[in-house]
Amino acid sequence: MSSQDLIQELKERAGQLRRDVLEMVYRAQSGHLGGSLSAADIVAALYFHHMKIDPQNPQDPDRDRFIPSKGHAAPILYAALAARGFFPREDLWSLRQIGSHLQGHPDMRKTPGVDMTSGSLGQGFATGLGMAMAGKLNGQDYQVYCLLGDGELNEGEIWETAMAAVHFKAHNLIPIVDFNKVQLDGPVSEIMPIEPLRAKWEAFNWHVLEIDGHDMNQVVEGLAEARRLDRCVVIIAHTVKGKGVSFMENRHQWHGQAPNEEQYRRAMEELGGGQE
Amino acid sequence: MKGKALRDAFGEALIELGRENEDVVVLDADVSGSTRTKMFGDVYPDRFFNVGIAEANMMNMAAGLAACGKVPFVSTFSFLACLRAGDQLRTSIAYPRLNVKVGAGYGGMSDSFDGPTHHSLCDIAVARSMPNMTVVVVSDPNQTKKAVKAVAAYDGPVYLRLSRAEVPYVLPEDAPFVLGKGNLLREGSDLTLVVTGVPLARTMEAADRLAKEGVQARVIEMATIKPIDREILVKAAQETGAVVTVEEHNIMGGLGSAVAEALVQEAPVPMEFVGIKDTFCESGPYDALLDRYGLSVDDIVSSAKAVLGRKSRVR
Repeated sequence: MSSQDLIQELKERAGQLRRDVLEMVYRAQSGHLGGSLSAADIVAALYFHHMKIDPQNPQDPDRDRFIPSKGHAAPILYAALAARGFFPREDLWSLRQIGSHLQGHPDMRKTPGVDMTSGSLGQGFATGLGMAMAGKLNGQDYQVYCLLGDGELNEGEIWETAMAAVHFKAHNLIPIVDFNKVQLDGPVSEIMPIEPLRAKWEAFNWHVLEIDGHDMNQVVEGLAEARRLDRCVVIIAHTVKGKGVSFMENRHQWHGQAPNEEQYRRAMEELGGGQE
Repeated sequence: MKGKALRDAFGEALIELGRENEDVVVLDADVSGSTRTKMFGDVYPDRFFNVGIAEANMMNMAAGLAACGKVPFVSTFSFLACLRAGDQLRTSIAYPRLNVKVGAGYGGMSDSFDGPTHHSLCDIAVARSMPNMTVVVVSDPNQTKKAVKAVAAYDGPVYLRLSRAEVPYVLPEDAPFVLGKGNLLREGSDLTLVVTGVPLARTMEAADRLAKEGVQARVIEMATIKPIDREILVKAAQETGAVVTVEEHNIMGGLGSAVAEALVQEAPVPMEFVGIKDTFCESGPYDALLDRYGLSVDDIVSSAKAVLGRKSRVR
């Protein structure tokens, strides 16, 4: 596949993941849309290109791991796992319902392909560090990808881990900040500012790659570069909360709100669906 | 009776365990000299992570190591393990049932001079109310070594409460350690003393004193608080008709509560609770603190007499 074909395919995958996320949250009338839509391109690149995973062998000890430390982005992870064949796509419509294996936040014991239980913010990054250290101890070459929310960076534990990962030379741990600039209560710049973000990571001795998290070329190149470099690399992905749905973009009200029927139809149309 | 510090027993046990199982890793948060995990770190530096003063990060690192097949022992002071890193313990270890062993050092008031900030008197309540969590409290140096091996052999999260204190060898050296099983240390038919942790020696002394007054107290040492050994408790309640629990913990939520929960359903009998009476304590010499805050031998004896009085009125 030429690189342009790859990029085109990943874009289409991301589009489908966005539509699935919208439908999941609409059907459940519960769930987090904004932060799933902002991460869609990154997750599509990981699950359809970068990560070494096998849906037939979800517990392969040598697989790459992905932890949505911002666990409320569970819908985008579930959509990707279903699309990769870890479980049937129809399961997506049972999100958050009694008896479903798709919990409100990821549960590694219930959902095939989920590498770690997460959702209480600040923890997934540190868990990823533990996984990275296990890989180093065992001489395995898997990578551990952690998706961090920008609001999540308010949590002190994130910076404990940022300190420790460099000290322990966890070069197989790749945090990706979904920098969509909006947290639950409002803009990050108003609720609890995290800038200068690049300087913060650099002060912790991280190499920083800044990318446009919706430019698939940059996403693919950034993830490849992070894996190639033999040092601690963080990807700061500039993204838009609610990306792809005009009336959700950049609006904190859509952090954890489900659309009504009319909103759902408009959103699906904007995401290139609506024909079904 | 010559004794040994339980933390030293813990450190020695970890070295033995590390030799037997190369998947065992140890994490500590800048108190490895105090908890004695440094002993493991000196022998197995590649499998030892000193994370600095960052308990939350440490707890999650252990979760990640366990998720990838390692057998992590996380070590810090017990109040930090269950409270500072309590959400990490609940969400990332208990909930996904990961194979992490929490070596909760400095249990109870064993860090006595450092005062209430460093005392740990609600940790058993916190740990045992987490689903999937096994809770063990050690009381004796030999038992500590056996307990470390037993919890390592068990696949699942364990909160292992340790102690800074030097305690006498009370248990027979060949006493087996079985997770979930209480130890019958002394037969008796008048009442039962159920004890966990460091107050074991005091409880044995109280039983001796009661015997001199003609009261035969059964003594059960209960290292596993969860799952609790219902069988031994129900039998004791039915045969002796009265129970006193003894623990270095708030009387709310610890051993006493666990025993009461078990007995009230199957064999309700009069009970008394010896422990810390829902208060913060203070700095001071350890033994004097235990005496002052409700864990003296006199306290155990008087609670035994109180429960005997209630038993006689019931019958």
